[in-house]
Amino acid sequence: MSTETQARGARAGFDLDRPWQLHPQVSVRPERFGALLYHFGTRRLSFLKSPALLTVVSSLGDAPSARQACQSAGVTEAELPAYAAALQTLASSKMICARVSS
Amino acid sequence: MTQPLVTQPPVTLPLVEQFQYGLDAPICLTWELTYACNLSCVHCLSSSGRRDLRELSTAECRAVIDELERMQVFYVNIGGGEPTVRPDFWGLVDYATAHHVGVKFSTNGVKIDPAAARRLAASDYVDVQISLDGATAEVNDAVRGPGSHATALRAMRHLAEAGFRGFKISVVVTRQNVSQLDDFKAIADRFGAQLRLTRLRPSGRGADVWDQLHPTAGQQRQLYDWLVAHGEQVLTGDSFFHLAAYGEALPGLNLCGAGRVVCLIDPVGDVYACPFAIHDSFLAGNVRGPGGFAAVWRESELFADLRRPQTGGACHSCSAYDSCRGGCMAAKFFTGLPLDGPDPECVKGHGERAWSSVASMSAPRPSGDHSHRSRRSRPVPVSIGARPPTGNGLRPDRACDENPLAGFS
Repeated sequence: MSTETQARGARAGFDLDRPWQLHPQVSVRPERFGALLYHFGTRRLSFLKSPALLTVVSSLGDAPSARQACQSAGVTEAELPAYAAALQTLASSKMICARVSS
Repeated sequence: MTQPLVTQPPVTLPLVEQFQYGLDAPICLTWELTYACNLSCVHCLSSSGRRDLRELSTAECRAVIDELERMQVFYVNIGGGEPTVRPDFWGLVDYATAHHVGVKFSTNGVKIDPAAARRLAASDYVDVQISLDGATAEVNDAVRGPGSHATALRAMRHLAEAGFRGFKISVVVTRQNVSQLDDFKAIADRFGAQLRLTRLRPSGRGADVWDQLHPTAGQQRQLYDWLVAHGEQVLTGDSFFHLAAYGEALPGLNLCGAGRVVCLIDPVGDVYACPFAIHDSFLAGNVRGPGGFAAVWRESELFADLRRPQTGGACHSCSAYDSCRGGCMAAKFFTGLPLDGPDPECVKGHGERAWSSVASMSAPRPSGDHSHRSRRSRPVPVSIGARPPTGNGLRPDRACDENPLAGFS
């Protein structure tokens, strides 16, 4: 499942250079492995499987771009594609959404 | 539980492994608000019927909701009994959603009139599950009681007319309705609803009818193939993870979350490991105790035990153990099987063999019984098989016992 998800995310492409935010109907609960996300509108549950990804997701709303949120969280260039794929998965399930005004 | 969507960043332990060790708070929990019910379904997990005088008051329910909000429990699955017969039901739903605790509630539909349906359709934070155990009145009413099919369909019509999209139709899969899966799906599609299938457990009154109602081995395979073919369109509440031993895992977490990521709060505030395990052996504490629900969740010895790595016991050497993890704890317990052995419905047939060697009626009885005392309103089981003798001291025969063949040997 993991590689499949990443491949899908990579193919669809995630715009790292635009501003993003957590969907207003999403609640985030930090856990030792990362975090649980619950979307009250779609009633779907999602998991962030690392604390670093949680840092990225939590800072999306204040960062000028997803790329900057990743960089501020210490994500390296080599790791960036995996994070873009994870963010794409979150975007396609409406956990995060594009931010109109930055 | 909602079918989870796994996001895959740099990996540590697989999530299933993480969850085995428990979380600081449940992801969701089942909360049975009352033992009162207008129906007397033969397979009721909680042996519901009559209200218990010790049930939590409105103020106590609100205190529980406050606590769930502090613990960031995303949502509660409210059930019963029939939760909507509590006079404070709608007020509690509003209180929960105002405090960021989402609500899904299960109902037989009795109180879902057009006004209630409109109210529900207007909220993003409330989801509804209408219980239906037969696509036809004949099959449904044999289990849930006369008129219950019509009541459920009327409620569905009201919800659809009010514009509520995607409410759930919740079906307990039985030997009698497993051939109706396509019909259930058609009903769901007709009302713009989503089908949810769950497993029959030998819990509550379900223990009395399990022999007659649980799917045969052949039907289990048919169910598995149907679930694989329908994927995420059909919800299962992670009910059928024991079927994962057939091969491909079904969508969902495929793990027993009891005491680890889920639990049950019953109408009197008792906290059990899961909704299918209402028995003193799985009682972790009471929300009325010092420290409330959070203390029970975090400090109960029972839950600490459940969160220790499991060895697999007799199943350890089985090639399928990593898929099914030994199946359902409650199903084993109430059929008298050891908890560290196979599930009674083990797809490899190990459970059936183990079960056949269990002495008749050595299975534990559920701890509580709130069944209606009157036999009149009781539906007749679909097929009446000879019931094992009950004169064993485990549960006394009563003149009002629900089964016409009670004590018959």
